[in-house]
Amino acid sequence: MNGAQALVKTLEDLQVDTVFGLPGGAILTTYNELNNSTKFNHILVRHEQGAGHAASGYSIATGKVGVAMVTSGPAATNVVTALADANMDSVPIVIITGQVASGLIGTDAFQEADIVGITLPITKHSFLVTSAADIPRVLSEAFHIAASGRPGAVLVDVTKSAMLGEIDYRFPVQLELAGYQPKQTPEHQCLGDAIELIKNSSRPVIYAGGGCVRARAEEELIKFARAIGAPVVSTLQARGIIPDSDPLSFGMVGMHGTIAAAAALQESDLLIALGTRFSDRVTGKLDEFAKNAKVIQADIDPAEIGKNRFVDTPLFGDVKNTLSELNIKLADASIANSLQDTTDWIKHLKVLDDQYPLYLDLDAAHKSAQEGLGELSPQFVIQKVGEIAKENDPDAIFVSGVGQHQMWASQFLGHEKPHNWIQSAGLGTMGYAIPAGMGAKAGCPDQDVWVVDGDGCFQMTNQELATCRLAGLPIKVMLINNGTLGMPRQWQTLLYNEHYSQTDLHDGADGYSGEVVRGDGVESGSGSVIAPNVGVPDFMMLAQAYDCLAIRVTKESEVEPAIRKAAAETKRPVVVEFQVAKNAMVFPMVPAGASNNDIMYTKDVQPLKGGAK
Amino acid sequence: MSVIHDKNQVPLHQRCALAVLVEDKPSTLTRVAGLFTRRAFNIHSLTVGPTEEPGISRITIITDESTTPVEQVVNQLRKLIYVRKVDLLDEDNSVQCEVALIKVARTDTNVNDILTVKNRFHTIVVDESADTITIQSTEPAPVLRELVDDLRQFGIVEVTKSGTIALGRGNSILKNTHHLGEAGI
Repeated sequence: MNGAQALVKTLEDLQVDTVFGLPGGAILTTYNELNNSTKFNHILVRHEQGAGHAASGYSIATGKVGVAMVTSGPAATNVVTALADANMDSVPIVIITGQVASGLIGTDAFQEADIVGITLPITKHSFLVTSAADIPRVLSEAFHIAASGRPGAVLVDVTKSAMLGEIDYRFPVQLELAGYQPKQTPEHQCLGDAIELIKNSSRPVIYAGGGCVRARAEEELIKFARAIGAPVVSTLQARGIIPDSDPLSFGMVGMHGTIAAAAALQESDLLIALGTRFSDRVTGKLDEFAKNAKVIQADIDPAEIGKNRFVDTPLFGDVKNTLSELNIKLADASIANSLQDTTDWIKHLKVLDDQYPLYLDLDAAHKSAQEGLGELSPQFVIQKVGEIAKENDPDAIFVSGVGQHQMWASQFLGHEKPHNWIQSAGLGTMGYAIPAGMGAKAGCPDQDVWVVDGDGCFQMTNQELATCRLAGLPIKVMLINNGTLGMPRQWQTLLYNEHYSQTDLHDGADGYSGEVVRGDGVESGSGSVIAPNVGVPDFMMLAQAYDCLAIRVTKESEVEPAIRKAAAETKRPVVVEFQVAKNAMVFPMVPAGASNNDIMYTKDVQPLKGGAK
Repeated sequence: MSVIHDKNQVPLHQRCALAVLVEDKPSTLTRVAGLFTRRAFNIHSLTVGPTEEPGISRITIITDESTTPVEQVVNQLRKLIYVRKVDLLDEDNSVQCEVALIKVARTDTNVNDILTVKNRFHTIVVDESADTITIQSTEPAPVLRELVDDLRQFGIVEVTKSGTIALGRGNSILKNTHHLGEAGI
């Protein structure tokens, strides 16, 4: 067979069931081999970036490797963001790009881009395949590298000449990865040291990150937390690793985390960091971060250990295995009985949590309403979405874009399950939600997929609603429209003297304003059908153009019925536009670079000021 | 005219040599060098060449311990799929050397003085013209600096250095075998 047939056959033999892609010149030979007997489903996207994010969303929802396939040149450069995004969040995806024929490489041929060179710093690994004979092996290696160790993004660039070359197909093939052997289980000495630190701690805290989710360590984590009586705080990535309703859960840490979570870190005497990388968005000012705590850090990536913070006891290895080993030790009565009582510590955090709960900021909504800037509280809307979504399907998957709505979605949806929360954390990729939600729905067709998106994000990738509609992927988009790039606007409010430079999108409740977009839509043209008080674009018309169920909500009384209508729709994608308060802000907040002790509950309330107790 | 500026030299006690065994693939050198750029690590010199084993090359990187987190560099290097083995070599446990070619401005009157300086070091003359003498040195870095300093009075026309290569002393051998926990992630 030829290389193109081998490529398709290898994907089948690797048990791939879904590929997101878009054909073009250099990869047409491979697309020519897709037909009715092909064992995987190919979903034709509208933009290659969408294929990449869809592969990520698919992967997070299913736990399998996500796959995308696009052509060379501009198609390959269009997936760069998706590769960087997946790699930063340790999501296993493999993206196959077509490349010009080997003989043309380096000649600036039509649609030639050195995509291996371009993506070197943003992938876990990358391959250039110039010979048909290498296709089965390289694809097998790519899948192995993507999924094992610390998962990540792998690029496989296949030349047109390799697709045309002849190959004597065999599968499986011997991998040639002598330099790659991820370590799975930590050494016993280190586990013993960790137990000693735990024994000596009266204020331990478990700081759980995305690694726990990727390792599917939720059961071991909860068992471990119960065994040592430690509160659990989770990063944005790890929301749901312990149910929000669990008494040991104190919510999200970081820039927009809870007061109790910040206190748990800052006041702890032992930080047990599991599959997490001490991101600047979590630590705040590093010198002030959990100053009095000893640190145990478990990670499968040795380069993460001690990268940002000194570690007393490192535990190299898969965090699920690490926790299993620790749990075995903790099951020993002599160890269990020598642990310190943490009741007062938990009680202290509970008091803080009751005193400073997440709140709906109805004042901001009220103020916005008076100024004609949208009257719905976005926090209230998102809380309702969470309630109704879980009532409709307990396994509902939530996806979000990046910005204010993402933080509110993390705070207010109510995360009860670990693999049902998909968003772009590390890279912070606006426009992630719709394609990622599409990927999640393709991977989990029997689960509801709720996409909480912002009006800025939505305008970056909504073309994939066409894909969703045609491919039978009825996602439910909850469009939190505040008419502005909300998070930048929030920073402008708090840090840039309310100078709203280039953040107004003129697509919300206040419609058009400003000099550049002169004209009110009615005057501007012959045949304008945009109604007054509606921005550009009119999201309802846009959604209808994609044959989606479109609902606009401007009043509180309409919120619940609209969400219920969305929940009931099973055939078509839904777009519910909520015109929310432009002035709403995300709190709590640790300003960038400030100490976690400076966390603001609201603009003027800093409950932890003065440092750790 | 090119001269060696002392301020660009890594002080000896901060020099740190990394020996890296890698698979000889087209992108390997870019991956290793790119890692230093990506993580904002400094490289003083980098040399690469074949080893006793076919398909395996050895890269020697000299970096500055005071500005580069060496342990982090080692861990990041080990994550690269084509990197087989990484080791730190210090001045005590290894032999290190570097070849330098120094082209000095020559006149009829200074030629004997140049040769006098030259003869105090392990050097040979590899090229001579009416206007220049090119001296090849294999002296270790501190001695090489002395040599260059002493030649400066005659006028240095051009200098090129190979970058440092290093081998562990005695039984300290960097072998292309597997060490669990030291492989890639």
